[in-house]
Amino acid sequence: MYLTKEEEKILAGEEGEVSQRMFRLLVRLGEIYGADKMIPVGSVQVAGVSYKSIADPGTEFLEDIAKQGLKVKVLTFLNPAGMDLENWGKLGFPKQFAKNQLRIMNAFKQMGIVVTATCTPYLAGNLPRFREHIAWSESSAVSFANSVIGARTNREGGPSALAAALLGRTPNYGFHLWENRQPHYHIKVEADLTFSSDFGALGHYVGKMVKDKTPYFTGIKDADTDQLKTLGAAMAASGAVGLYHVNGLTPEADLIKKENLETITFGKKELKETYEKLNTGKQPDIVILGCPHASLREIAAVAEKLKGKKLKKPLWVCTSRVMKEAADRMGFTQIIEKAGGQIVADTCMVVSPIEDMGYKTTGVNSGKAANYLPGFCKQQVVFADVDSLIEKVTA
Amino acid sequence: MNARVISPGNVKGTALVSKEPMGFYGCVDIKTGMVIEKGSPLEGKSVKDKILVFPCGKGSTVGSYVIYGLKKNGVAPKAIINKETETIVATGVILADIPCVDHVDVEKIFDGDTVVIDTEKGTVEVIK
Repeated sequence: MYLTKEEEKILAGEEGEVSQRMFRLLVRLGEIYGADKMIPVGSVQVAGVSYKSIADPGTEFLEDIAKQGLKVKVLTFLNPAGMDLENWGKLGFPKQFAKNQLRIMNAFKQMGIVVTATCTPYLAGNLPRFREHIAWSESSAVSFANSVIGARTNREGGPSALAAALLGRTPNYGFHLWENRQPHYHIKVEADLTFSSDFGALGHYVGKMVKDKTPYFTGIKDADTDQLKTLGAAMAASGAVGLYHVNGLTPEADLIKKENLETITFGKKELKETYEKLNTGKQPDIVILGCPHASLREIAAVAEKLKGKKLKKPLWVCTSRVMKEAADRMGFTQIIEKAGGQIVADTCMVVSPIEDMGYKTTGVNSGKAANYLPGFCKQQVVFADVDSLIEKVTA
Repeated sequence: MNARVISPGNVKGTALVSKEPMGFYGCVDIKTGMVIEKGSPLEGKSVKDKILVFPCGKGSTVGSYVIYGLKKNGVAPKAIINKETETIVATGVILADIPCVDHVDVEKIFDGDTVVIDTEKGTVEVIK
């Protein structure tokens, strides 16, 4: 791989031992994946934030780095933490867990990372432009940035994203190159997609089929950014899809080559079967919405549904702190709380210890959550659209 | 044998070989270096100061941090040799500064063999 004079100095340790080691990581990963050079990144998003995900080994690693005093070179955001960073006590998060989580947040803050913990950085103040090179790690955010915005990022691991942040660079391979952004599959959507959960089901089905390849969708008549975020999240969870194109809706769809694609059809039957497959439980102990983190529009819709109703079971809407503040100001939070629900910021169900909080069956409208909850949180899942879920838990 | 350098460092040591892919998070105890994964061919053995040989990594990405922790706790392997080092192990050994090479025919290395790794020349020598 070609390195500039300045980069060779970093590799030789002239900018300190931490920079040397983190840069060595980027260079080796670049060599493994055939990168020709390093490229500057406009922003970074680091995964591996929840204490539940990284445990003591990760916490100690981050504290060691932070102690060295090195700061990030570009705008860097974080993935969701394992708890609401302000409201954890009231929501019942265990104290010992909270203590460890706060150690992690402190270490990140010392490095100059914005401790906005969200899987939707693009809704919270970290918005790349078309064709900007970035290094993000949250799989659904990677998918959204690549597909809906047309920015360019690989699916980074936590440490490689952190290295990109500290050095302002990433190796040039994979989705950074135009030839690797071409589709492999043509997905013909014949089913009518109404609810966000329908997009989640489509994503779950397609991710399973195409694995880490790139799909090109036709037949999706319209979709807002909330539905596209749901679609991408589900594909990144059931498969490892980091980029997709939708005819008429995403910015690179008109530019890509569409020859020799294998066709997969998604009709009414596939939609129904995916719902059946994702439903492993009957009556939810808790309903958790906002995977990926809810937009203000999604929070408003939940508030509208809950107006004047009483919940029999807890209901959480997970979102970023930024959206939560707007929801507070608009009165959505008060409506949801009056019904017995909560808006939970900074965290999500997958990385929070819900299995230790007494819940066994969780209701979700997200294909991603439905995919991960059985394994990560030992939950049975009720997968349905938001209206049906709210009906199941209101008196 | 020729090898590709993942993380530099020249070392000599005794081989501990797993024929199966190896995970680290939940598989190797970070404080003692003992392999705790049920059913692993190395279960109950310590990786400390060994030249750890296995075909490739598996499992949680937190494994990178476990490798780092093993080093910090003084119970890390002396070096790692793989057939193919994937990103979890590559990230771990680079963060921890543990010598590591791959593209090696690991089937030719057996438990107890003395192994010499030279990352300047990019070679692995096995002494029976």
